[in-house]
Amino acid sequence: MIQDTPPAEEEPISPVAEAETEAAAEEPAAPPDPPPVAPAVPARRPLVKRHHGIVRFAHWANTVLLLGMIASGLQIYMAFSHFGIRGGRYYPNPWDGKPFPEWARLGGWLAGGLNWHFALAWPFVLTGLLYIVYLAVSGEWRSLLFRPRDVPRAWQMQLYYLRLRREHPPQGKHNALQKLAYTSIVLLGALSVLTGFAVYKPTELRWLTALFGGYELARYWHFWAVWIFVAFIIVHVALVFLVDPASLRAMITGWYRGRFPSHD
Amino acid sequence: MTDRPFSRRDLLRLGLTAGAASLAGACGWQGGPLMPALRGVSRLNDWVGEKVFLSHSHLAKDYPLSARTPERNFPAYAISRPLPQLQDPASWALEVGGKVRKPTRLTMAMIQALPRVRYTIKHHCVEGWSAIATWTGAPLASVIHLVEPTDEARYVRFDTFDANYYNGWDLESALHPQTILAYAFNDRPLEPAHGAPLRVYSSTKLGYKLTKYLTRITFTSERPGGYWEDQGYPWLGGV
Repeated sequence: MIQDTPPAEEEPISPVAEAETEAAAEEPAAPPDPPPVAPAVPARRPLVKRHHGIVRFAHWANTVLLLGMIASGLQIYMAFSHFGIRGGRYYPNPWDGKPFPEWARLGGWLAGGLNWHFALAWPFVLTGLLYIVYLAVSGEWRSLLFRPRDVPRAWQMQLYYLRLRREHPPQGKHNALQKLAYTSIVLLGALSVLTGFAVYKPTELRWLTALFGGYELARYWHFWAVWIFVAFIIVHVALVFLVDPASLRAMITGWYRGRFPSHD
Repeated sequence: MTDRPFSRRDLLRLGLTAGAASLAGACGWQGGPLMPALRGVSRLNDWVGEKVFLSHSHLAKDYPLSARTPERNFPAYAISRPLPQLQDPASWALEVGGKVRKPTRLTMAMIQALPRVRYTIKHHCVEGWSAIATWTGAPLASVIHLVEPTDEARYVRFDTFDANYYNGWDLESALHPQTILAYAFNDRPLEPAHGAPLRVYSSTKLGYKLTKYLTRITFTSERPGGYWEDQGYPWLGGV
């Protein structure tokens, strides 16, 4: 736990000051005027709808697909565990020439890994596109896209996490660091897909492969994207349990009974 | 804590169980009952590779000679051990037949008299490595025009004297301007390690499709398999 006090006794985090007033009025979590006497038992927070079905589907489909893509990718890596052209110097890689354990691999051998990787790639791309189109059409992107004005807010949030700031900064559905993370991870997904195509079709998509510095470098970036994904997954899952366990239920059922606003 | 749908311990247990289950599932698993579905998607990817990505106007970059990979670093694979070698190279000839109007038998002299293509391009192995060399040969398209495939011909089958290695190609990739019957590697006659006397080379496919030790080219209406493809490797192998 990061908080000094049990979460049940905490005040809900209020939405950002600039949030539209009608959005704030819609917020069922906003309490009426404070009662003259503090209640002995804190009021039970209302259950609010937090995530649309498309977002939940995309999230859990991606969980399975991404794990499968990574595991089959590690199997493929085993066939040539270096980056760089034959006879040249290999690029820096802590795993250069090293195998990955069997439990982390999918496919059993190179052909099996390739078939899994190429089969999961299409649903991975389609799920990603579905998610992005949903965000664009629904307007949900506003609560997720990291914009220049979020830079100072992200800094304040970082100070809070480092315990250099006492109160939790006001936020909407997501705090500025979350926006940074959820914007970056979409870009990372796009980078993975594009470098993947650059490695898959270096002749047919020669321009794309050249964009990433050639076949060997495209393969190198594709590999590094894996470790950023892995780091993201570890931090993401840890923060769910440490900061906002109610968000897990929200991502499964859509409904949320937690201390953060569900609207901007 | 009454606000929480589950206790934190429950959630942790759930997460660990799910993680362990997915890891156990990953353990070197080829796919079990899902393998037919995986093969089906692989065929779909072959179709996309041929119909969407492949184009005769997509050419690989031609590198300067200085970009060549040192030859000792250029791997060469064969199925047979020791390397397949002809007892009598002078009697070797390439049989070309199947669904064609003018089946023929081409000697090395006849193949070398055909138009000549020479390029220095990057080789992409399915394993992930790459290397650059110069290849010289006759465009496969010129042999195809020579034998005049019938309307039934949709695929090309390559047979070899390397054990039971054979390979199947789509006609479009075979007609690509950078698909050649190569007889020289780095401006010297092909060596046994690289498929002497004649091999397929192309910018459009992975190394395992670039059949070495050629003996026969057959045009077919049925899709031929291949030595590696029959074991599970993608059939098109397009790059």
